[in-house]
Amino acid sequence: MKFSKRKIKKSILDILVYIVLFIIVIPGAWIIFTSIRPNVEINAYPPVWIPSKITFEEYRQDFFSHGLQEQAVPIRNYLFNSLTVAISSTIMALLLGTLAGFAFARFNFKGKDTLFLTIILTRAVPGIALSLPLFMLFIKWKLVDTLLGLSIVYIAYNIPFTIWIMDGFFREIPQDIEEAARIDGCTKWQAFIKIDLPLSTPGLAACGIFAFLMAWNEFQLASVLTRSLSSKTLPVGLFDFTSEFVMNWRGMCAMAVIMFIPAIAFTFLVSKNLVKGLTFGAIK
Amino acid sequence: MVLKKERYLPFFLIIPSVMVILSIVAFPLLFSLYVSFTSYSLLDPHSMVFNGLENYLTLLKDSIFWHSLLNTVIFLTVGLNSELLLGLGIALLLAREIRGGRILRTIAMIPMMFAPALVGFQFKWFFNDQVGLVNNLLYSLNVISKPILWLIGPRLSMLSILVAEIWRGTSFMTIIFTAGLMSLPKDPFEAAEVDGASGFKKFRYITFPLLSPFVFIAMAIRSLDIATAFDIVQIMTGGGPAHRTELMWTYVYRLSIVDTQFGLGCAMSYVTVIISVLFAFYLFKQLIKARR
Repeated sequence: MKFSKRKIKKSILDILVYIVLFIIVIPGAWIIFTSIRPNVEINAYPPVWIPSKITFEEYRQDFFSHGLQEQAVPIRNYLFNSLTVAISSTIMALLLGTLAGFAFARFNFKGKDTLFLTIILTRAVPGIALSLPLFMLFIKWKLVDTLLGLSIVYIAYNIPFTIWIMDGFFREIPQDIEEAARIDGCTKWQAFIKIDLPLSTPGLAACGIFAFLMAWNEFQLASVLTRSLSSKTLPVGLFDFTSEFVMNWRGMCAMAVIMFIPAIAFTFLVSKNLVKGLTFGAIK
Repeated sequence: MVLKKERYLPFFLIIPSVMVILSIVAFPLLFSLYVSFTSYSLLDPHSMVFNGLENYLTLLKDSIFWHSLLNTVIFLTVGLNSELLLGLGIALLLAREIRGGRILRTIAMIPMMFAPALVGFQFKWFFNDQVGLVNNLLYSLNVISKPILWLIGPRLSMLSILVAEIWRGTSFMTIIFTAGLMSLPKDPFEAAEVDGASGFKKFRYITFPLLSPFVFIAMAIRSLDIATAFDIVQIMTGGGPAHRTELMWTYVYRLSIVDTQFGLGCAMSYVTVIISVLFAFYLFKQLIKARR
């Protein structure tokens, strides 16, 4: 009898999981459906849940229309800018942050803990507080509206987190392994490349996904530091679908789907390492 | 023995990172600190005149300033605690043996990948009183006969921005807690089972203490990017109507851009920087304590 009681409890909880996840998924699903449904169904009353007809009109218009159509949003330029900035800044932040994290984990020097905490806390500075003074400095440095300028900003924002996680990973690797390698004639640098780095892949993966998502989704700084097609990114481009009186909801949803594909692909790619990377490096 | 050559190695490894952070974060902050002591207005380039602490005194006397701080405290307290509790609840459901567990856990990650700006637009649309999905649905179910002003009502507007923030923030907590729960050792639970402990007791005396480091990590990481809530709120309500959803971040934007009082805006942004950094500092201290 006890067995079946347990089984009932389990199935109730299982159903609860599906309900909760269904609620979580609704906003995302609504966006996908809106991007492929006929225009008349958008904002229809009563709401139409499942599209009656699937149309890729919006994608065709935004992505494959040549010429200067009035309604077309230069989504390809935005996509190119977003990819360039997100990928280059992620790689650089990982590179610089990993080197610094290694230094923090393996060397002792005066003021180490204070420097470490100071670097981490720079990440907590809100973008809104930085964007305007940064804009004024960028005018002087000729970095406004450039992909380089935006990338540097995202590198600076992602370094602290990388240092924090990678420091945790490197400290967990026993010194003995590295010493053994050095007795065998490895230099400190070779030991770093051949031993420490491969052992901390989960940390790298976790930092990578965080840096990528931050750069990919960031809006505040990008909206101030970018002006034109040469550097505007996708989140800033969302505003192209708004005008004073009407919103092109279907266009915005199509763009949201485009934005979502690289984010989800990248997350799936590293998802196995993500959680281990985040918690291992930070706990120990 | 440390080789002489290697004594300076850590500095060479750290210096590139420090240089980038100095030029992108520290330098602009010094600049805005200076501007916060001037009467600089965006409309008049010659207005950068030193006026001492006047901007800060103006803020202290400004009732909207205090109102925005109070709103921020409410927003973060309700928001972060709800995310924590919901995240824990969903994690407890997900960290069991369940059909398609891996896929379900991945689905729970989805809101985390949304751009905050997109979340803002999306919930602005859902909560729109004319064409929004929420009112539309309530109409067709005959629950309401006139539109609910989700983004306008005094309490409702705060609730609406909180719903958006919680929808996005919960998934991060869920992921960390699910991982935490799945990594817990099995022995204490089996021992408790033998002793006949109830489900609640097991949670209170075994699960919760073992999970607490994960709570601190999640909170510490979250504290580093709570300011992304600005994107959501700025797009949904812009801090309005009548400052009802004004948070300290939206007030920085209002003062410096909308009202073009850049000097005053810089003073306000300095207040937000100090509050944000102290908040993160406090959580990191807790995390370090929990590690020991």
